[in-house]
Amino acid sequence: MPSGIGESVPRPDGNLKVSGEFAYSSDLWLEGMLWGATLRSPHPSAWIRSMDVGPALAMPGVFAVLTHEDVPGERFYGLEHRDQPVLAIDQVRYQGEPVAIVAADHPETARRAAAAIVVDYEVRPAVTDPRRAAFDLSCPAVHPGGNLVRHQPVRVGSTFAAEVVVTGEYEVGMQDQAFLGPESGLAVPAEDGGVDLFVATQWLHVDQGQVAPCLGLPPEKVRLTLAGVGGAFGAREDLSMQVHASMLALRTGRPVKMVYGREESFFGHVHRHPARMRYEHGATADGRLVYVRAEILLDGGAYCSSTLAVVGNAASLGVGPYEVDNVWIDAYGVYTNNPPCGAMRGFGAVQACYAYESQMDRLAAACGLSPVEIRVRNAVSQGSRLATGQLIDSPAPLAEMLTELAAMPLPTDPAGAGMDGAGPDLRLLPGGVAQATRGEGVRRGVGYGVGIKNICFSEGFDDYSTARVRIEAAGDEPHVLVRTAAAEVGQGLVTVQAQIARTELGVERVTVAPADTGVGSAGSSSASRQSYVTGGAVRAACVAVRERLGALRAAHPELSLVEVLERCGPVEETREFRHRPTFPMDPVTGQGNSHTQLALCVHRAVVDVDVDLGLVRVVELAAVQDVGKILNPLALEGQIHGGSAQGLGLALMEEIQVREGRVLNPSFTDYLIPTILDMPPMRLSILENPDPHAPYGLRGAGEPPTLSSTPAVAAAVRAATGLDLPRVPIRPEDIALVPASRP
Amino acid sequence: MDFLRPRTWAEALDLKAARPEATPIQGGTDVMVEINLDKGRPAALLDLTPIPELREWSREGDVIRLGAGVTYSRLIGELEARLPGLAQASRTVGSPQIRNRGTVAGNLGAASPAGDSHPPLLACDAVVEAESVRGARLIPIGEFYTGVKRNALAPDELIRAVRVPVARGPQYFSKIGTRNAMVIAVCSFSIALHAAERRVGTGVGSAAPTPRRAVAAEEFAAARLDWRGRSPLDPDVAGRFGELVAGAAAPIDDVRGRAAYRTHALAVLARRALGWAWADFRAGTGADSSAGSGGGDDRGSQ
Repeated sequence: MPSGIGESVPRPDGNLKVSGEFAYSSDLWLEGMLWGATLRSPHPSAWIRSMDVGPALAMPGVFAVLTHEDVPGERFYGLEHRDQPVLAIDQVRYQGEPVAIVAADHPETARRAAAAIVVDYEVRPAVTDPRRAAFDLSCPAVHPGGNLVRHQPVRVGSTFAAEVVVTGEYEVGMQDQAFLGPESGLAVPAEDGGVDLFVATQWLHVDQGQVAPCLGLPPEKVRLTLAGVGGAFGAREDLSMQVHASMLALRTGRPVKMVYGREESFFGHVHRHPARMRYEHGATADGRLVYVRAEILLDGGAYCSSTLAVVGNAASLGVGPYEVDNVWIDAYGVYTNNPPCGAMRGFGAVQACYAYESQMDRLAAACGLSPVEIRVRNAVSQGSRLATGQLIDSPAPLAEMLTELAAMPLPTDPAGAGMDGAGPDLRLLPGGVAQATRGEGVRRGVGYGVGIKNICFSEGFDDYSTARVRIEAAGDEPHVLVRTAAAEVGQGLVTVQAQIARTELGVERVTVAPADTGVGSAGSSSASRQSYVTGGAVRAACVAVRERLGALRAAHPELSLVEVLERCGPVEETREFRHRPTFPMDPVTGQGNSHTQLALCVHRAVVDVDVDLGLVRVVELAAVQDVGKILNPLALEGQIHGGSAQGLGLALMEEIQVREGRVLNPSFTDYLIPTILDMPPMRLSILENPDPHAPYGLRGAGEPPTLSSTPAVAAAVRAATGLDLPRVPIRPEDIALVPASRP
Repeated sequence: MDFLRPRTWAEALDLKAARPEATPIQGGTDVMVEINLDKGRPAALLDLTPIPELREWSREGDVIRLGAGVTYSRLIGELEARLPGLAQASRTVGSPQIRNRGTVAGNLGAASPAGDSHPPLLACDAVVEAESVRGARLIPIGEFYTGVKRNALAPDELIRAVRVPVARGPQYFSKIGTRNAMVIAVCSFSIALHAAERRVGTGVGSAAPTPRRAVAAEEFAAARLDWRGRSPLDPDVAGRFGELVAGAAAPIDDVRGRAAYRTHALAVLARRALGWAWADFRAGTGADSSAGSGGGDDRGSQ
């Protein structure tokens, strides 16, 4: 089928986005609308003694100033645990926590009014050390129940001694999703007393399920429509302005638009959990793993958000895709007064992957093996068991993937390439055209990384999607409309849904309707799950339509498809699709079939490092990923490139710097993400070993490359410098200021 | 906020005299960012983009007179051979879009210690041409920077042009950033060999409250380099030069890097840059040292 699955069908919004014409949620506009603004706490921890909104209300153009006392319904919300106040109640727990909201007839008036609100804070000491929050009983509690959000142990076997033992302590900094479209949306009061909310989000129904109770409205009176999403990466799983804009709209009776500024955006969404990890690996002299012990400490910041699931991933995947009979893991998620952390691409698994892969390299060195050989010797395959005891019951050809990766040709240009009569091509050197080097001090390194990620929601979550498919005659042709609530966040689901419908129904003209809550939940656009779950739902609905069409056509064998549709009317079916059920992890042993699908990606990084200045240029990234079935090669390659770039960013530059609970770099001037001159060309090999349990045999693909590129880049920098580098992102000073320990 | 849009230079000077609190805006790559981040709102903006003569540069003897509206992109494209240090620095400014808008005069007006054009201007002995209704005056670059984001302009003055001597020896600019493009300097360094005078010019950026020269390093190198015999650079001289440049800095710890790293990196950058410049000098390459013929046009406008 032309433009069916397997084809590089272009995105319908691709040209619009490149040319700047795509309407994002921040571009929404309605006649007579007001602008909302948010007053946020300047303190990581304080009591609110009193608040005076009078000066704000007195400003001309201000229509409403609301505090927690104005929340019509439930005053708390949250993804997993409803611990977060809509607006601060007597207390603030992080810098940037919303305290009051304003609606005015001009955005600047709204901001000025918010600034005019007088809040009397009694500043309290902030809990900022996650280790103290977890283990020091004298530490003040950020929430009444204490600071431990989840402790998940994994206990397998009893042999914790071996011939070769390597230990390490590792740290992962706080990464940001760094989407370009700030939090924004438009709330429109409806005649039925409800609200229509147009918003950029990742899961319309989970927003609806949190917004409606806070507004004191039944869910059917809070109708959400997806507005243009400018990137997500997990940061739009939690609510931002949804309740606030709706409250202001209901109070004023006017449409209210809220758009966070760039700096505000850094306070308006959760970040990746920073992690501190202690690992001990034991192995035989020939490099076969005997045991792994690990302590993984994840700082969830002031509110729970996705911390429970992040801890579950870190614990269940904490040894990586390796066979090991003895495992002792303790994964902890804690509350502090640091910025709230939650979902970001690969969560939980990303942090652990950096540590266990660093350990595998140490083990390789201790055993005298190459980084590839140590991984091959311990690689899982179909039939292996995870640390949770779960059987890997679909292809997992890690050893073959590593062998293929290692056999790929290396870049032939030497470090400091591109020399000609005019001197070096500075763009090919660490530091680029800033000309920190013209070849001096540059050393090359090669490193490998391997990662394993659970696809779809885990640990017993009822994870499903809903699709409605309708076929009708339009003009002389059959036309198919696919309707779901699944959020297109840039990943390409909009294309894949249409491709599936074309393949299943053999119809060229397919439209994907805008996503809204007028159809059942699609679940979240996260956990690499939408091709699997919503793709599965679209396929199921198409199959149901096809079956009914088959009966109709059998009854009218003389008619064409269009004629049947004209005579019998449109055919529409709605289906829910669920993946195989998952189960909780045992709270004491961590055992259980907690995941439904697992995905592997392996990376090789080649870097040039200016060892005197600590600047790095990644020369090449190569990757092998098994996706089961390629639905759209172009979109898939984009996902792998993007995931790899995000992992490179974590390895070399991306960090929200926090001191005493305060963010030091809330801007794209100082929160650096890779540019086109930082992200090298990639060499890709994409494998298609089908998962028999998944639609078309596909395997979720968006997250795995984010895991393995970080340790691969870090390993390559270690190879170039001879340094331990136990922390990412690796800062120039971590390389340049190390005293003469370099070999 | 008032938006003032003079059509002529004279009108611009009148407006600045009448409204000394007005913030001049040319490319907007600094001013608009500050406004968008809500970091203070100027009472008025004085838009200089309509004034055609500001977009011109010309050669006057051994000096390039660079109009206040000449963008980094044009500087790179039209003046690279004559102002190599400044062109190299311009090439590191922001992104192509920012280089298409931003100007050296804007960098001077903002006077951020991290501005990329300051080190080569210091190394090349540039002169700022300031003007007001009271008349024009020339401010040597070494007297221009008076504090963090402060400069020597009087409230009623505007920058008309920057006068930069045509290179008479090799020039280099280097900066440190944590990524390989579009990054604000962690620290930066520029060197210019003034061969005819057997003198070395330097400029240090993002490592003190203001951009500054490393005078002791300049004097040391001038004295120790073998100008006549052009013998190879003694590594000890290069190393000492680096130390002296680092010693001229007064860096701080901030979100972009630690002071200790800045000091270390400046020593490395300066050592390397002296090596490159001296190698060019010995080979007779780099910027034209026969003073003047330079090639290319003697003026440019847009």
